[in-house]
Amino acid sequence: MLAFIIRRLAQSALVMLFVALIAFVIFRYVGDPISSMVGVETRLEDREIMRERLGLNDPVIVQFARFIGNALQGEFGISYRLQQPVTELILSRLPATIELAFASALIALVVGVVLGVYTALNPRGYFSSGIMAVSLIGVSLPTFLIGIGLIYLFAVELGWLPSNGRGEVVDLGWWRTGLLTESGLRSLILPAITLSLFQLTLIMRLVRAEMLEVMRTEYIRFAKARGLTRRAINFGHALKNTMIPVITITGLQLGSVIAFAIVTESVFQWPGVGSLFVTSVRDVDVPVMAAYLMFIALIFVLINLVVDLLYFVVDPRLRAGKGH
Amino acid sequence: MSTLDISPAKPLPPPRPPSRLRRILDSDIFWSWTQSPVAVGATVVALTLILVALFAPLIAPYDPFNPATLTLMDGFTPPASKSAFSDNWFLMGADHQARDVLSTIMYGSRVSLFVGVMATLFAIVLGMGLGLAAGYSGGMVDAVIMRIADIQLSFPAILIALLIFGVAKGILPANQQESLAIWVLILAIGLANWAQFARTVRGATMVEREKDYVAAARIMGVHPVLILFRHILPNVLGPVLVIGTIGLALAIIEEATLSFLGVGVPPTQPSLGTLIRIGQQFMFSGEWWILFFPAVTLVLLALSVNLLGDWLRDALNPKLR
Repeated sequence: MLAFIIRRLAQSALVMLFVALIAFVIFRYVGDPISSMVGVETRLEDREIMRERLGLNDPVIVQFARFIGNALQGEFGISYRLQQPVTELILSRLPATIELAFASALIALVVGVVLGVYTALNPRGYFSSGIMAVSLIGVSLPTFLIGIGLIYLFAVELGWLPSNGRGEVVDLGWWRTGLLTESGLRSLILPAITLSLFQLTLIMRLVRAEMLEVMRTEYIRFAKARGLTRRAINFGHALKNTMIPVITITGLQLGSVIAFAIVTESVFQWPGVGSLFVTSVRDVDVPVMAAYLMFIALIFVLINLVVDLLYFVVDPRLRAGKGH
Repeated sequence: MSTLDISPAKPLPPPRPPSRLRRILDSDIFWSWTQSPVAVGATVVALTLILVALFAPLIAPYDPFNPATLTLMDGFTPPASKSAFSDNWFLMGADHQARDVLSTIMYGSRVSLFVGVMATLFAIVLGMGLGLAAGYSGGMVDAVIMRIADIQLSFPAILIALLIFGVAKGILPANQQESLAIWVLILAIGLANWAQFARTVRGATMVEREKDYVAAARIMGVHPVLILFRHILPNVLGPVLVIGTIGLALAIIEEATLSFLGVGVPPTQPSLGTLIRIGQQFMFSGEWWILFFPAVTLVLLALSVNLLGDWLRDALNPKLR
């Protein structure tokens, strides 16, 4: 068990080191850090002094070690564009993204499971085939078009919901939440639906496939033979056994939801880390780009690690020493 | 039923080698194509859009990027109506700069398709090369390539494409950024999508490597590179074709997304994504046609290519026959 955890931790560290190397190369070699700090009129000698003082003349390996040391302390330098510490910037925009990601994951999970169960239990119905066809179209539609379509329908034509921003936020000191005000909740609806659609179709198809599989097994037939009610069979026995892979996938997808939020946040001008990343790419704000990469990688690695360790707890076969 | 009951239904055709066209028309793939109305419809839509894009300079009713031909007063002319100021008639309306929306779409799908096809080809070449190398040699090479592919596949492609685009923008001198933007975009989208191909090709290569014909070639002393390209490559092309088609739809969507986010092609050479970005600004003021028609074109293009890929996957899968 200990060996498995250690090996898994070492793998995660290796992945982070690889991503850090890429982030470092971007941070150090894209653009000139000095030119972005000083004006045009700075003399060459002064630039050279600054270069020396910032350690830009040290061997690359020393600079890389320093970069990692700083990153471990959450230190990524100053944004070229906004002249603020990058970590502060990301942390101040993180609550918006996390609230959006969780809201959309929740929608995807609830609606996805309900539709998946329905289409699995009534595989021949018109409504089911309709849902399946729409889901196929939904997958091939670009996210930003879905967002624009929703804005057009609900914000422009019907005027029910706001089209951009986060509404009023409440400052809890370390977390600025939009979940406590009415305008905040109303602003959350459209972006959360937009972001959830892709995961929703994924979860729906997964639940449907798993459920169809489970309904063919012996124990469901036995439950039918025992004369249990449909409801007890469908929800007590079948659904329960389809939920393990569904929860795994939803958990693993949480990272991609945060990354996919890049597009949704830009469409709805949602003030989260995703739209921060897009503006930083547009303006070549290198420290923000490098920090965002590290941040997303950390989230992915952490989620994968937790899921793997949970498997280990849940599945006794892995504990028997066959785990890889 | 015993075998004795079976008599040949028709006399055998004379032993003449069938022509290439005949072989295509007689193939399983073509037969399954004719049996699937979705595939036929998708082919028609995709082909129409591709042809329109290819011949845009010949068939477009206006030349939207030549300021000399534009009459600014025609701006915001609604669809299927004549401008109030000139004799110009616009099937899909005119945008804020008096450009004919239909013509900008024709030229725009040209840019979208070009970037999509080139980026997919780049991803295929890179992914196939690395996948063949990894699958055939195994060991360290395999481990390193596949670890990198694993790491990359766990990130969404759009994130990677954005990052590569930002890096390229930082490296290139400012005066070349516009002219090179399309190539940077192709590079970014291609690099963001190679891993899928590498993984598939590696898997297929590892299966083929163990087969007797490869062993025979090796014993005959054929050079490993020649074995890879002449013997193994043709046998792993099927799955590459399938994910290549779906990958094309993805690449078109990725390009549109990047252009929509304002980090794609320059505004002087708009793609469908850029047109949607422009149209979005007029959504609230009621000029819906500037947004609507490019959006529909993009959806049709992505959807038809995607459906073709889906059909191809089923048609090439022997388990589903």
